[in-house]
Amino acid sequence: MAKAGFKLEARPQPSKAWSYGSPLLALLCTVIIGVFLFMLLGKDPLRGLQVFFWDPIKTGYALGELVVKATPLLLIALGLAVCFRSNIWNIGAEGQYIIGAVAASGVALLADKATGGWIVVLVLLAGIAGGMFWAGITAFLRDKFNANEILVSLMLVYVAIQVLGFLVYGPWKDPNGYNFPQTKAFEAVTRVPRLFQGSRMTIGVLLALVGAAGIWVFLFRTRAGFAQQVGGLAPAASRYAGFSSRRALWTALLISGGMAGLAGALEVTGPLGQLTPYVPAGYGFAAIIVAFVGRLHPVGMVFSALLMSMFYIGGELAQSRLGLPKSLTGVFQGLLLFTLLACDTLVNYRLKWVKAAAVAGGSK
Amino acid sequence: MDAYALLIASTLNAGTVLAIASLGLLINEKAGIVNLGAEGMMLCAAIAGFAAVVHTGSDVAGFAAGMAVGALLAAIFGVLVIWLNTNQYATGLALSLFGSGFSAFAGISYVQAMMPARQTYAIPVLSDLPFVGPALFRHHPLVYLTVLFALALIWFLYRTRGGLILRSVGESPESAHALGYPVRGIRLLAVVVGGALCGLAGAYLSIIYTPLWVEGMVAGKGWIALALTTFATWRPARVLLGAYLFGGVTMLQFHLQGIGVEVPSQFLTMLPYIATIVVLALISRNPAWIRINMPASIGKPFYPGS
Repeated sequence: MAKAGFKLEARPQPSKAWSYGSPLLALLCTVIIGVFLFMLLGKDPLRGLQVFFWDPIKTGYALGELVVKATPLLLIALGLAVCFRSNIWNIGAEGQYIIGAVAASGVALLADKATGGWIVVLVLLAGIAGGMFWAGITAFLRDKFNANEILVSLMLVYVAIQVLGFLVYGPWKDPNGYNFPQTKAFEAVTRVPRLFQGSRMTIGVLLALVGAAGIWVFLFRTRAGFAQQVGGLAPAASRYAGFSSRRALWTALLISGGMAGLAGALEVTGPLGQLTPYVPAGYGFAAIIVAFVGRLHPVGMVFSALLMSMFYIGGELAQSRLGLPKSLTGVFQGLLLFTLLACDTLVNYRLKWVKAAAVAGGSK
Repeated sequence: MDAYALLIASTLNAGTVLAIASLGLLINEKAGIVNLGAEGMMLCAAIAGFAAVVHTGSDVAGFAAGMAVGALLAAIFGVLVIWLNTNQYATGLALSLFGSGFSAFAGISYVQAMMPARQTYAIPVLSDLPFVGPALFRHHPLVYLTVLFALALIWFLYRTRGGLILRSVGESPESAHALGYPVRGIRLLAVVVGGALCGLAGAYLSIIYTPLWVEGMVAGKGWIALALTTFATWRPARVLLGAYLFGGVTMLQFHLQGIGVEVPSQFLTMLPYIATIVVLALISRNPAWIRINMPASIGKPFYPGS
């Protein structure tokens, strides 16, 4: 009956070793494909690898930049991990990030020279509220109308981009900005404080790390976090235990919306300093990859956020130093998720060689 | 009057893109596989088709390139999902993310590229009729072929043995397997056909509809096509109707701007996305109705002998 060949055999229990090994194997596969891609483009593959994996960590300043870009990725991914562990597919974090940035900007624009430093707190809270509101729409439509959260959250990304566009081309446009679609530069008092002089790192880094710890405690040390994950793994068991699936839905989406909104607020009042149409940088989508590569675990995601940030910086360096398009970043990000999913098969299955077996009845 | 003829014409044109992609996705959803990679496949096919026309000058070569790229990407997705049992949602998402990155990367040198002059199409005699002529009879052949294809698909799904097998694979893969049908092979075939059609839609977008290559030019049409299969409760005729309806919503913004409605353009651009959300919410409101029509094993992996 069986032809010779590899066959997948279900493991009695998921392999712990492979669940850590698979992201590394996936990274290796991505690098190998990258080498071929560089050769195809007629570039020295060693130089290409150097630009992507060594230059971003070579100097102190470069490391700082790495952390700057990893911060929003980590914040968003932390929230997404709560969603994905609850089997809620929020893929519209990009929109929640944008609306967070918009809401934070709205508050920041109210400040003037006389405003006190407390405004920063309001700015960040506005960002969180904005992101929660945007994710709340998805939760509401899923809860009350049973609407698929994948499609709703994604459609809301396109809506958010238009909201941002309307504001920066319309009512919020800087009157002294030579007609550029951007708000005036925010007052210094509204900008999130920097960690060190001369670095672009802000206290956002600390907030992201506190967030990682907070999500760890929530997921693994609280009853609510446990209920959240049971609902994701075994909805029937969760109902039997009396956990509310509606509560899980709202909790997951509000947490992830709030985290994405905070990331947007920190970005717009940190490195950017004003609202422009270039606020959406794809962090909301890249964070999905960060979440999966980091095994939906807060500690893992710290590392995967740094890795994904490296891809971003590598793409920029590949543009300036090798004359390659910046979009190479997206290619490598997509490849990494693809290879990761393939490698993850090894977590639950064993690859087994099956010999050709003759079956009773004589046929080979 | 002419403005309305034009509105109808552009509605059919825009609806065709959505219809081709959505009918393709319907085929693989009937077999039980949801491919969230539609957007990525359409983007890669759009640039592949555009590049092929720029280099060969032939639209047919462009469509073929688009379909080939769509089919290839879908095949990769299919092997991962069907043989390696990866999560369908995550894998489709990976395809969309990869597709948007890869198309931007591959298309960078084609941003300013020009295709040979675009042909105009007109059906003799009929196209000279007042109003209906410009509205209905001056389209690319694919616009009409799409309608024929939808009819053929209805016949195939509900009147042939092949259609019955395809649906059984999506409803109950265990039963189909027990009857001796190669469930995984059929699913892969359905996914590849779906990918080829998404590819065709992407190529139509860059070769005929726009006709240009711009980064991210699919602009959510792949996702709307996915939503359309739910709107249509997995019925081909309703998919076609829904596609034209959404084509109309997309076009309404230009029409409204044309007749001088004083609304910021961003709010008009939002319309198709908001319409998708609203319709999705209204259609999904009754879970029982969705459940009756939905292929029962949609999104669920099947691994024989497990």
